[in-house]
Amino acid sequence: MKSPSWPTVRDDFPILHQTVHGKPLIYLDNGATAQKPRSVIDALVHYYERDNSNVHRGLHALSMRATDAYEGSRTRIAKFINAADPAEIIFTRGTTEAINIVARSFAAILKPGDVILATEMEHHSNMVPWQQVARATGATLRYVPVLGEDAEGGLDLAALDTLLTPQVKIFAFTHISNTLATVNPVEELCRRARAVGALTVIDAAQSIGHTPVDVRAIGCDFLAFSGHKMCGPTGIGVLYGRRALLDMLGPTETGGGMVVSVTYDEAKWKPAPERFEAGTPNIADAIALGAACDYLDALGRDQIAQHDNELGRLAYEKLSTLPGIRIIGPRGGRGGLVSYAFPDVHAHDVVSFADQDGIALRGGHHCNQPLMRKLGLTSTTRASFYIYNTAEEIDVLVASMHRILKFFGAA
Amino acid sequence: MSGDLSELYQQVILDHNKRPRNRGKLPTANRVAHGDNPSCGDQCNVYLRLDGDRIADISFDGSGCAISQASASLMTTLVKGKTAAEVEAMFQDFHKIVTTGEAPEEISDLAAFAGVHAFPARIKCATLGWHAALNAIHGDPATTTTESHTD
Repeated sequence: MKSPSWPTVRDDFPILHQTVHGKPLIYLDNGATAQKPRSVIDALVHYYERDNSNVHRGLHALSMRATDAYEGSRTRIAKFINAADPAEIIFTRGTTEAINIVARSFAAILKPGDVILATEMEHHSNMVPWQQVARATGATLRYVPVLGEDAEGGLDLAALDTLLTPQVKIFAFTHISNTLATVNPVEELCRRARAVGALTVIDAAQSIGHTPVDVRAIGCDFLAFSGHKMCGPTGIGVLYGRRALLDMLGPTETGGGMVVSVTYDEAKWKPAPERFEAGTPNIADAIALGAACDYLDALGRDQIAQHDNELGRLAYEKLSTLPGIRIIGPRGGRGGLVSYAFPDVHAHDVVSFADQDGIALRGGHHCNQPLMRKLGLTSTTRASFYIYNTAEEIDVLVASMHRILKFFGAA
Repeated sequence: MSGDLSELYQQVILDHNKRPRNRGKLPTANRVAHGDNPSCGDQCNVYLRLDGDRIADISFDGSGCAISQASASLMTTLVKGKTAAEVEAMFQDFHKIVTTGEAPEEISDLAAFAGVHAFPARIKCATLGWHAALNAIHGDPATTTTESHTD
């Protein structure tokens, strides 16, 4: 492959140009958070240096500029995911808060006998909130199984026939698994959920920056993602919800900015999105998230998907040659990350070693404890790729892994 | 191989990691405690037979990084036959070693963990087995979790 896919892309990321322990930084922890291009950093600086003001409240020039930029970003993000209406974009702190908003809203609606369906590969953030709702409402939480000893078979779609009953009110699933790199057939899952009247909630944290996400083509009811995994700042994310549904749901937080009128006894809510954005929002980061959308669209999201998936494929192929390695997730058709384990060297030792070679990896359970337990693992090492990574960096990774195995006497 | 990592992974640690001592369940145990490190998933069970105030026998099992497993292994070899107070004192020495990198002269094997102090994220790995052992000695049935103490 041409490496990198965009000859000057690395120049856009100031952070990449440093050494770690005397070695050039190789950042392969993009599943945890992506690095930020200059244009996103500039958007933050510009806002604080020129436009900083509260939104929706002031009649002065700065407040109007801030409001325009904030609402402009909402419109930009709506376009980024092809939402029908900017009002369907609710700014949150991230994926976790977005899923919690949906879950808490449904806590008022679900009742015993109702079923919440999730999958065995969900991140804790798309599992624990549903456990809490099930506990609070008496609804039952069920999981679509993951197939194969190494979860290489993806979701058990045949089991959906029996699991997707009319009792299922919510079907929550991830687009791309943060541990397995499985790319779920989200359109099909939404179609089958719709057929039984279940609403769909998609965790798009690992897909939003890596592949085109079109909420209307997917046909989902809700979709959650974080800005920081798509070159945006931390502390900002999005809950997308179909307008008709959002206006049915009550707020999860109340206060200023989300009310139409207030008396000493009661208050009336604004419609979405304001209903879900009580208090002064995270204006600067929301604006910078719009800049991140511009950046990714300029690179081309189909090209990003091709680049990341190719690195995932290449890493899978090259890591497979290491003695004793166990790679989990699908063998082909995977997203741009690889999780693996060695029988005799723990992931944390691997990560400490790789760090000395300037390589940033993640080691642990990746917020997938039940899945790890099912696979008989306590932790894996994960290398996750993004637009600025190269095939050469994968060669350095594999060489580092060889040295680690040798050091621990495992090869 | 950088100097830093050679400091962290001393030969004593690699040896205990590869050939852990006193590993497995202890059939005669009258005390058991479980320790875990939620941030990384490391786990360590400590089984011991307390004879009055003295540790008559001890074993451990679990899973985790080389530091956590080697530390638990070494710990079992050092505390066998010791009184609860002696184990406490030994842990205080060990704690000082892994947090400051300074080892008292008379201490030998435990000093292998001095390199841990340069890797703050790994201090919890090194102390996991010790915390589980102290909990077992004190008969604290609660799971030790590294999030509930400061190291």
